[in-house]
Amino acid sequence: MKINRDLCDVCGTCVAVCPADAIVVSEFEVNIDDEKCIKCMNCVTVCPIKAISEGE
Amino acid sequence: MIKEKYDVLVIGAGPAGSVTARFAAENGASVLMLERDREAGIPVRCAEGVSHNGIVPFIELDEKWIAAKINIAKLHSPNGETAVMRNNGAGYVLERRIFDTALCDLAAEKGAEFITKADALDLVWEDGKIAGVKFKYMGEIKTVKCDIVIGADGVESRVGRWAGIKTAVRLEDIDTCVQYTLSGLEIDDEACDFYFGQNISPGGYVWIFPKSKTTANVGIGIAGHLAKDKSPKEYLDKFVEEHFPNAKINYTVYGGVPTAATLKEIVKDNIMLVGDAARQVNPITGGGIVQAMIAARIAGKLVAEAVKAKRFDAKFLKKYPQEWDKILGHSQKTMFDMKEKFMTLTDDKFNSIVEFCQKVPEDQFSLKALFMEAVKGDPMLMLDVAKSFVVSKMKLK
Repeated sequence: MKINRDLCDVCGTCVAVCPADAIVVSEFEVNIDDEKCIKCMNCVTVCPIKAISEGE
Repeated sequence: MIKEKYDVLVIGAGPAGSVTARFAAENGASVLMLERDREAGIPVRCAEGVSHNGIVPFIELDEKWIAAKINIAKLHSPNGETAVMRNNGAGYVLERRIFDTALCDLAAEKGAEFITKADALDLVWEDGKIAGVKFKYMGEIKTVKCDIVIGADGVESRVGRWAGIKTAVRLEDIDTCVQYTLSGLEIDDEACDFYFGQNISPGGYVWIFPKSKTTANVGIGIAGHLAKDKSPKEYLDKFVEEHFPNAKINYTVYGGVPTAATLKEIVKDNIMLVGDAARQVNPITGGGIVQAMIAARIAGKLVAEAVKAKRFDAKFLKKYPQEWDKILGHSQKTMFDMKEKFMTLTDDKFNSIVEFCQKVPEDQFSLKALFMEAVKGDPMLMLDVAKSFVVSKMKLK
């Protein structure tokens, strides 16, 4: 999955709906572990600013 | 100086963390609280509304963190009608950045230690048991030991997951939210406004919480599963354009509000989850501050008991979810059922609810009356709603 860092507010909404435990939030950044990601698209759907999309 | 070991490590310094820390410390436990950000209370991912009755058991009221005093709630139907509620108890719009710091100060006064810019990375395990936390602090990876970890790390909670607790919520059980703090308004600073409708805020609502006569938190939460094609920002921009075309946006914040009915499992050996991390939010209003503080008081006192008894096993810690269920369990479940019901309401139904509410004398119109009207025709839910209002009135005191 791809995160547009210019848009991302690091709010963590994506983490709450990730069933695969693939998303990590630190103070400044959200990261998605592609190996754990099951491409369910929950994070894409709930991101309040649509900063996440499918892709490398 | 950070010690090598504490009785309790609290992850997150929002109201859930700082109130747990305070009650644990006050009752004799040694506590270290870690906050990822540089300061408690920032960034403010919150509409900042609380009820007077909810907050006074926890902190002495202070003008410093009260932006506005609220006495009126106005409900707006999809067709533009308004019902005014004056009988639901007083409330406040907070300055969370000051409020959260005040709660941390209280925890510190009782002896809890507190560091910021401390980003928890993982749990430390010894002999198959949680024995501490690994975190990044001042450019170093540190390990501090403890007997109990409190996961108060918010909607994005990781602590629970590290412990093997299932914390993921369904798309239906999270509201995706955007909020602008607008300036240049001319508003009634005693009234909160709520707007409903499929085209306004599907599965949620738009709120206007005044911070003064000229500024307000104007935000939106829409149900996660209804946000596929259109983001909450698009809905909010349309709303602001229509209602406040001349306002300026001073602050923008994004976030998620869990609207589940509390996680099934909020304790395990050596660990407890509190607040948003445990999904202890009112599923229908999305309010979480008072809920978090109620849970935190239970958890904090129990932690201190656990330290005295040297019992850190899930069986002992289960007293926390049991007590939570006793105080708010029924209400949480009813509010969750209400939320499920609300999701299915059409705009016509919202219109007719507001129309009904308009006919109730303002001094008799309360949230209970509103909910009862909304669930009319569903006797079981009506009974639950009625009960939950009686119960919460007794238990909150």
